[in-house]
Amino acid sequence: MLAAAMKPAPFQYHAPRTVEEAVALLAEYASDDGRVLAGGQSLVPTMAFRLARPSHLIDINGVAGLDRLDAQDGRLFVGATVRHAAFEQPAVEGPLGVLLSEVAQHVAHHPIRTRGTFCGSIAHADPASEWCAVAACLDAEMMAISTRGVRLISAPDYFKGLMTTALEDDELLAEVRLPMLKPDVRFGFSEFSRRSGDFAIAMAVVVYRLQDDGVIAESRIAVGGAEASPRRIVEAEYALKGRQPSPDAFMLAAEIAAKKVDPLDDENISAGYRRDLVLALTRRALEQARDRAMP
Amino acid sequence: MTESRATKWIGMPVERLEDPPLVTGRGRFAGDINFPRQLHMRMVRSNHAHGRIVSIDASEARAIPGVVAVWTAHDIADIGPIDFREGSIEKLAPYRQPVLATEKVRYVGDPVAAVFAEDPYIAEDAAELVAVEIEPLPPLLDARAEPGEFSPGKNTEAAYLTQGYGDVESVFATAHTIVELDLTSGRHSGVPLETRGALGRYDASRDVLELHGASKVPHRNKELIARMLGRPPSSVSCFESHVGGGFGIRGEIYPEDILVCVAAMRLDRPVKWIEDRREHLIAANHSRNQHHKVRAACTEQGEILALDDVIHHDNGAYVRTHATRVAMMTCGVLPGPYRVPGAYRAVCHFRLTNKTPAATYRAPGRFETTFVRERLVDAIAHKLSLDPMDVRRINAVRVDEMPFKRPLEALGEEIHFDSGDYHKLLDKLLDFVKWDELNAELAKRRENGEMVGAGLAMFVEKAGLGPVDGVRIQVDTSGYVEVITGGSSIGQGFETVMAQVAAETLGADYKKMRVIRGNTERIEHGIGAHASRATVMTASATREAALKVREKALSVAAELLQAPADALDIVDGEVVRRDNPGGPSISLGKIAAALSNTSKSLGERDPGLSADGFFHAEHQVYPYGNHLAVVKVDPATGGVAVERYIVAYDIGRAINPMLVKGQIAGGFAQGLGGALYEEFTYNANGDPLAVTFADYLLPTVKEICDIEILLTEDHPSPLNPLGIKGAGESGVNGVGGAIASAIDNAIGIPGAITQLPVTPQRLKAILDGKR
Repeated sequence: MLAAAMKPAPFQYHAPRTVEEAVALLAEYASDDGRVLAGGQSLVPTMAFRLARPSHLIDINGVAGLDRLDAQDGRLFVGATVRHAAFEQPAVEGPLGVLLSEVAQHVAHHPIRTRGTFCGSIAHADPASEWCAVAACLDAEMMAISTRGVRLISAPDYFKGLMTTALEDDELLAEVRLPMLKPDVRFGFSEFSRRSGDFAIAMAVVVYRLQDDGVIAESRIAVGGAEASPRRIVEAEYALKGRQPSPDAFMLAAEIAAKKVDPLDDENISAGYRRDLVLALTRRALEQARDRAMP
Repeated sequence: MTESRATKWIGMPVERLEDPPLVTGRGRFAGDINFPRQLHMRMVRSNHAHGRIVSIDASEARAIPGVVAVWTAHDIADIGPIDFREGSIEKLAPYRQPVLATEKVRYVGDPVAAVFAEDPYIAEDAAELVAVEIEPLPPLLDARAEPGEFSPGKNTEAAYLTQGYGDVESVFATAHTIVELDLTSGRHSGVPLETRGALGRYDASRDVLELHGASKVPHRNKELIARMLGRPPSSVSCFESHVGGGFGIRGEIYPEDILVCVAAMRLDRPVKWIEDRREHLIAANHSRNQHHKVRAACTEQGEILALDDVIHHDNGAYVRTHATRVAMMTCGVLPGPYRVPGAYRAVCHFRLTNKTPAATYRAPGRFETTFVRERLVDAIAHKLSLDPMDVRRINAVRVDEMPFKRPLEALGEEIHFDSGDYHKLLDKLLDFVKWDELNAELAKRRENGEMVGAGLAMFVEKAGLGPVDGVRIQVDTSGYVEVITGGSSIGQGFETVMAQVAAETLGADYKKMRVIRGNTERIEHGIGAHASRATVMTASATREAALKVREKALSVAAELLQAPADALDIVDGEVVRRDNPGGPSISLGKIAAALSNTSKSLGERDPGLSADGFFHAEHQVYPYGNHLAVVKVDPATGGVAVERYIVAYDIGRAINPMLVKGQIAGGFAQGLGGALYEEFTYNANGDPLAVTFADYLLPTVKEICDIEILLTEDHPSPLNPLGIKGAGESGVNGVGGAIASAIDNAIGIPGAITQLPVTPQRLKAILDGKR
């Protein structure tokens, strides 16, 4: 009766060695509640509670080639089994590596980061996932593989709502591609959670450049945690265009971001409070980017 | 007595005897205990907050291979509800919790069936297949709402409690100033990292029913189990294991403990039950949820002449083993250190709601009342434009008024403060933090736009609940000493403290003490570990027993060394002449051998270098302290960071100051949880919303600032020979009060905080004027 359990329901375990085997298993079992197991930091606890009860687990930890983490042609390629901890130190040169390393400090706690995966977070699409907010901010591309082929999905098309993505059941999220950031790109990240390492109630990720004349260009402002999915708030970005990085400009952009979001409203956290946080955190992220010492 | 360095143990911060097995992974917790042929029990629990049980169909579950039995209330109809620890209480009896729900379910988590299977996975699989049909009834979720029907003819106000003295109305009628507040303490509880666990085993060869795992009060549990199951107490044994935290909530008798015992007998196999975390958060005792509508009648100088408090106590769905203890304590201890000379009245509506049942949690009734009382003192100071410290000083009982008696009760005894100087400790603390400088610095930071502030809470604790404790000490022929207690170790360092007292009294190495606890087969009496009693009671009894053993050892040694007993001393386990410590000696082990039942030198004496010692408590003792918090509020998020936290505490006498400080620090962490983080919330249907550690927010090491502790021994208790006052609950007592006061100060809104925990969302609403 009460779905309170600590031992998972019975399941069958598969350990493919290649991507081909993995997607073949997915093709066979997806319709029968087959699920991919990577770091297991979200899936395994939900299985223990029997809130998730996949009949088949396809463990990709032994699949060759999914641990890729390298930069090429202006992109950082993050394979499906790359752990959060791989980003604790800058994984790539330039602002992107530093951005990812700062954000990584907010992803749960170190022991979890040594198991949980970047792509797993993107596939799980918890609204409060830091990596999802980064992916939305930078317009990451998600590479999905199935027996039907390979496709790339851009972030705005990928995040579909609360723990919902454009991935089909039989598709493996094999890789995420993040655009490298130019050396003069500034970034800021700010989140609020009740405790260190908790899922954030809201967060903001911003990047922009300051032109030679001191005005803001190429700004991106993404909000996570507050809505069902993370996304860029283009109206707020637009408000910064050509402006000096002044408190007024930041306040205006933050107010627009807070106004434009449609916050989640639940029994513990009200929409109004989330909106307040979006305002505060967007402003803080913008200030952080401004105050960042540049090389 | 020679004060040789080697035998001076009392007052020393010696390392814990308990630690070697714990830090090398050799501890034995409930989960580590296994018996051959054991079954695993899994509970089936209600997912409705309130409803009528229409049917329970276990046929599908029973059909699973490996399932041995599935029980509902019908299968154990001969077993009564979980009884009160202190014996039967007729008026409350109808509100006790059945072992398995009978006609109604009354909270989400209420046990309705139990599955017994060959392994825990099968038990969980089968539990899911037990089909329970429940006709939902509207839940009652607020203790302030009109009471509903508990059962035919019984409403949900299970008790109406009152304590007081004097003519409240007339004092209020003539008072210069009246201050009134409406305050709420949130629902939270002790959440030990080790969940509950119980193993029942029936030893047919001896006709003894054994319960393993439950800790805290093994002897009381033995009596309760015997009473409920109609067995002679001598045929029930309780054994405690290592414990990953107790805090008052773990170790009471719950439905699951009775079920493993009954099942062990009826299924004729040992039965093991380990609670999972989700179960723990909905099934183990909650605590603290009270509403206080309180008013104070004061003079112009801020002296509190009278207090009048109307309390609504939310006890959840049933009245468990503690009966009305928390609520009654609340009514008695509200005045704390303050004199309140005119009149006092506390009335408590002790009400049941459709939530997890509530009972004691570390500093029961004190965490709540210190919050209420100290809020009130701050409000009085604000209303009369007085310094809040001066209001505390004018009201606090003075050292020349000690011992101070008050016609109110705590745990069934009239409150007698045995000793103490509340003003002196407050002054010491304010000196320690350089109060004026601290405030000037905070004021400066506030001018620069920071929201920072400081606040204080003053309190009196109580400890050492009697009436009597006994200890048996026996020295073996190697000189090792068994200290057999009826006490309990819930992680507090019990063994080390008893060893220190025994070793110093005997004159031996504390590491040669083997302290026995939590085993009802080794000693017939025991009250266990609760109410900060263990050191006061069990250590005092340990001293009594050790003195007798010492005397016996010296009398034997006097013969063997041909010297008068009063010329001898015991140093490092060797009896020596005081005037010639380097001369002839005889070890305690040799004396024990000389006293063996076959020894030729036994003579007319009773065999054994051993003795029983008892300590009778005249009265509980009343340690006291102050908590001081410095906080910083983030106005944009409503988040609160505690920058500094200082506890000043007069312990009377610290047997092991390191362990006392550990108790205080751990208590502070829990108090911080109750003040800022932890809350069992429910939605309108009565569904619990805090069912995992992602929702029930225990503060982690990153949220807990370093604690500074000012431990004093200015006023040893006159009520026991060592002057001990107890430490267990001092760290948690004042946290809600001090943090609320500091937040008020930081945000510049006197009286802003009226509810615990102060969540960021609530504080943000206060800051935005939305409340």
